[in-house]
Amino acid sequence: MALDSEKRDFKIIGTRPLRPDGIDKVTGRALYGADMNAPGMLVGKALRSPHAHARILSIDTTAAQALSGVKAVVTATDFAAASSSFNQDVLDNCMAREKALYDGHAVAAVAATSEAVALKALSLIQVEYEVLPHVTEIEDAIKPDAPIVQEGRAADNLPEGYSQNVTHVMSFGHGDLEAGFAKADKIIERTFRTAATHQGYIEPHACLASMASDGRAELWCCTQGQYYVRELCADFLGLETSQLRVTASEIGGGFGGKTTVFIEPVALALSRKSGRPVKMVMSREEVFKASGPTVSSLTDVKIGMTHDGRITAAQAMLRYQGGAFACGTIEFGAMSAFAAYDLEAVCADGINVMTNRPRQAAYRAPGAPMAIYAVESVVDELCQELGLDPLDVRLKNAARKGTKSSYGPTFDDIGLVATLEAAKAHPHYSAPLGPNQGRGLSCGFWFNFGGNTCVSLNLDADGTVGITEGNPDIGGSRASISMMAAEELGIPYDKVRTIVADTASLGFNDVTDGSRVTFAVGLATIKAARDAIQKMCARVAKIWDIDEDAVIWEDGYAKPAGPNAGEFEPMSIAEIAAIANNTGGPIAGHHEINADGAGVSFGVHLVDLEVDPETGHTTILRYTVFQDAGKAIHPDYVEGQMQGGAVQGIGWALNEEYIYGTDGKLQNPGFLDYRIPVASDLPNIDTVILEIPNPGHPYGVRGVGETSIVPPLAALSNAVARAIGKRMHELPMSPPRILKTIKGQ
Amino acid sequence: MVAVTIWGSLRAATDGAAQVEVEASNFREVIEQLGEKYPGLRPQIERGVSLAIDGTIYRQAWFAPVRPDSEVVLMPLMVGG
Repeated sequence: MALDSEKRDFKIIGTRPLRPDGIDKVTGRALYGADMNAPGMLVGKALRSPHAHARILSIDTTAAQALSGVKAVVTATDFAAASSSFNQDVLDNCMAREKALYDGHAVAAVAATSEAVALKALSLIQVEYEVLPHVTEIEDAIKPDAPIVQEGRAADNLPEGYSQNVTHVMSFGHGDLEAGFAKADKIIERTFRTAATHQGYIEPHACLASMASDGRAELWCCTQGQYYVRELCADFLGLETSQLRVTASEIGGGFGGKTTVFIEPVALALSRKSGRPVKMVMSREEVFKASGPTVSSLTDVKIGMTHDGRITAAQAMLRYQGGAFACGTIEFGAMSAFAAYDLEAVCADGINVMTNRPRQAAYRAPGAPMAIYAVESVVDELCQELGLDPLDVRLKNAARKGTKSSYGPTFDDIGLVATLEAAKAHPHYSAPLGPNQGRGLSCGFWFNFGGNTCVSLNLDADGTVGITEGNPDIGGSRASISMMAAEELGIPYDKVRTIVADTASLGFNDVTDGSRVTFAVGLATIKAARDAIQKMCARVAKIWDIDEDAVIWEDGYAKPAGPNAGEFEPMSIAEIAAIANNTGGPIAGHHEINADGAGVSFGVHLVDLEVDPETGHTTILRYTVFQDAGKAIHPDYVEGQMQGGAVQGIGWALNEEYIYGTDGKLQNPGFLDYRIPVASDLPNIDTVILEIPNPGHPYGVRGVGETSIVPPLAALSNAVARAIGKRMHELPMSPPRILKTIKGQ
Repeated sequence: MVAVTIWGSLRAATDGAAQVEVEASNFREVIEQLGEKYPGLRPQIERGVSLAIDGTIYRQAWFAPVRPDSEVVLMPLMVGG
């Protein structure tokens, strides 16, 4: 569905109405995953492996089952074989089969009448383990003699010299690297590391499952995609899809980490076995140990540049680990690494390696932040070495319309140059800096996509409108969808209410991910509104006894198309709705689509910071995000996405990391030892929204939710390099690491 | 015929060719033809692929049209967070 050809003056799009979920959330009325209860409900708890890698020789649940109050115990044998190898990995991550693959991997679960009884029952389960050698770090896991995490997973095209843990080997790029590097006046090659970080959502995973004796099941859960949860759980429990209804709760953050299942199929299995509803809620420790963090990375980058700042060739070798299962995130890292640049010679190679860590889950622009961190750090170092302005160099090399991207396709209209120019013109870029202070910048990129989407728009008898959509609202989508419907229909925003449907109430919708919802659900909403308008015009044509084509829709009214259509008093949406039963019955608009044309998104971040040379502590002084939103439907939410991504990236850059001991156990599974930024750590994050319309959406919308987490890693690293006069090559740049760097250790 | 660009690590399945030609008028035919002419691509196709057609990325869109002069790039299946 292409951009509307006629430029229009929006009445509602671009305004900032109150969010529809605000009052419920601040007053505690909103129902999250753990807020649902049912009569006779049991408490479900999981027993987790204390070993990083161990063969499960036997599991004896006799004593646990005999404990008073225990109603069910399940292990891997209580699940059906999954329908695909990918789904089997998801299931094996929920419940270990032959081996426990990481510290915290679930091996059994119980349902009991109270939490105390459930915990007592877990202590009575006897698991006989054969402890195996483990591996948690990339450089160890790729060695040919490394402990093998899972047999039979090695990539088809595995080069010599790598272990069987390497599951993906890939390469993207074009041009003659050798010739490109030969043209360079300066070449810099560096190696970078980033730690695994968790999405850090405040709400832990939680669900309530209830399966009746006839096999019908209900599941209430905190998720980014109730339809995908249904698909996976039905597969793992051998259910017909229609027999399982999944309802998404309000969601207290997801950021990609709630695009899969962890406890949901386990709760259903416990409910099936016990005949009672079962609630499961992860502790924070379980969230850290057993739900997916992002990948960690080890990346080499080599870039050649001329004296005047033209990049002549760029090359990267990316190594990601995504835990104990095959993981394709490396593909997005390799594709996105150099996406911001117009390059004649570029190559990004990548491998993924398995380790004894939890299975990674998507995290905002999965794979891109760590790749672009490495690239943007080397570009910045080249600028320093050659005495060039880092914004000018990026402008000189920026991808633009007609650029053959580093991952293959040629870009259409994109907003990178506009964001760079906005950053250069902004007062932030020329503001003075003090001692121990530095300014850094970085470009960011994400692909965005559309996907499968259904929307129903129902006209009520009083002329108000209800919209049913199928994607949990994690970033303000209910407001944006209502606004787009109101804009199309020509009625006030507060006459439209959007709700998120359960899986039985609306056709299939893809997960809320890929920054897809405002784009794809918005597109379907516009089409559904146009469908309803067409039907309303048809009804009015009948009333006026004229051709349907002779009725137009304008500002919420059906009107005669012109003088030849006749003279009739325009009819409002409320007037049409009030007599709908007499003119043919209820009026509704629908649209179902697998949306394409999402349009890529670019951003530029500017940061000023100060490093305390005594403690190594970094204070963020000023931060500005410049991002192309295509068209900002509700600018508050767009700014919120830009700010939220920046904050998560700041945490990634400065403090957040999964720390493993030599025993293969996670050392910091809690917010006291895993430090995320809080409000008092940060200044206000300033935002500048650019609007370069996406040709693939009627209003020009692009996804905005993911790009904003990409630039902070390099922006902060570049700023720290300029503040302390030395460049670091590892994240997080925690105070001890900064101190070591300052002291040259 | 339509020229399809293959990403680097799949070129072992196309005798090293960065670009191959198939007889196709839409997404589905491109994928089917690639699998038939280059069986080494099938495992990746089964794992999931996207196609960028004239700069727009398509997933699972069988009937997205492809013209003889279209720029067609094979890509991994796009997901997000």
